[in-house]
Amino acid sequence: MSLNYVFEILPSLFQGAWLTLQIFFWTLVVSIPLGIVVSLGLTSKIRPLQWILEVYVWLMRGTPLLLQLIFVFYGLPIIGIVFQRYDAALVAFILNYAAYFAEIFRGGFQSVSVGQFEAARVLRLSYWQTIRKIIIPQVVKIVIPSIGNEVINLVKDSSLVYVIGLGDLLRAGNVATSRDVTLVPLLLVALIYLILVGICTLVLRRVEKRYSYFK
Amino acid sequence: MLEVKNLKKSFGDRVILDGVNLTVNDDEILCIVGPSGAGKTTLLRCITGLETPDSGTFLMNGQPFDPQGTKDSDRVIGVVFQDFNLFPNLSVMDNITLAPMMVLKETKKDAEKQAAQLLSELGLSTKGDLYPWQLSGGQKQRVAIARALAMKPKILCYDEPTSALDPNLRQEVAKIILNLKKSGMTQLVVTHDLDFAQEIADNLLKVKPID
Repeated sequence: MSLNYVFEILPSLFQGAWLTLQIFFWTLVVSIPLGIVVSLGLTSKIRPLQWILEVYVWLMRGTPLLLQLIFVFYGLPIIGIVFQRYDAALVAFILNYAAYFAEIFRGGFQSVSVGQFEAARVLRLSYWQTIRKIIIPQVVKIVIPSIGNEVINLVKDSSLVYVIGLGDLLRAGNVATSRDVTLVPLLLVALIYLILVGICTLVLRRVEKRYSYFK
Repeated sequence: MLEVKNLKKSFGDRVILDGVNLTVNDDEILCIVGPSGAGKTTLLRCITGLETPDSGTFLMNGQPFDPQGTKDSDRVIGVVFQDFNLFPNLSVMDNITLAPMMVLKETKKDAEKQAAQLLSELGLSTKGDLYPWQLSGGQKQRVAIARALAMKPKILCYDEPTSALDPNLRQEVAKIILNLKKSGMTQLVVTHDLDFAQEIADNLLKVKPID
């Protein structure tokens, strides 16, 4: 394996990694808040809302993400809804991950004791003040490990965009491998994924530590 | 003076409160005693707005108020919970100042000044920066009292103030409650502990389960 070759293909791999990171970033930024909102709906007393959201979560978790990607990009145009490749990927990832996050947050909200809500209520804090100042920080602490799992999954799941023709990290490696008939690009791809996941793990540990000031 | 008139509450066809009347005079302590299942907690939860009564009237100094209401005139009751229910993610100081700042719109400076005052009266001056998990049971209870007092209630209610504490702390709690009475706080205490009630109460209300 010549070092020259590595440097030759690295730019294209980085270009792919950049797309992977973009999908990763935007999916998290949108799907985590969306997941929180959905989880509040799942635990709300408004039955029809709860029911609709349960069906949504069931659909998203009950079918493969790969199918959802294909459905959004190749399926929806048949009924006149057309997305660009990149947008289709984001829509599918955000909807899918928000469902998982919603379930995680639902569990988190339900493990905060009723007494916390009651204490806030007799102090006359409003619902949103209670959620923001008291409940969310406790929920975040509870859900960090599970969120961490999903975040790491997302780094790797992002490679599924390959199927709708987006040039992500995996595609960049695969293209180089089949062109040059060598394993090196695939090994480099694996290495880059490992580094990305390693960084995520470190960041998550940091966040966990930040929340260790209370029990 | 708090008056509760003809308070009724059922869960399904189980009648818990069947026309309860009670009065707590200014600067006095009313203890509600009775065995578990007698509806003490339900009664307290109705007065503190955590449960919706089927019927009944609440008067504070002759003026009707809604325990679940959000108007200033409805904000007259403070509560010290059995398990204290401090907010674990907030420091002692923030536990006390959160509601005065967010609800009463006090400035941080005013709220902290008042909280420091309350903490020192309750012997907790050095604990402001600690978090609830770093406190003993008795200290947590005193923080819960300070948190309730910071909202300037006209009457302070306790749910089983002795039951989550070591038996030897009973005396401490009695002392705190009697001290608050001296400083002009009207208080309502729900307890199953008759000795404790007799020690602190100006008036006793005994409740029995309804057959």
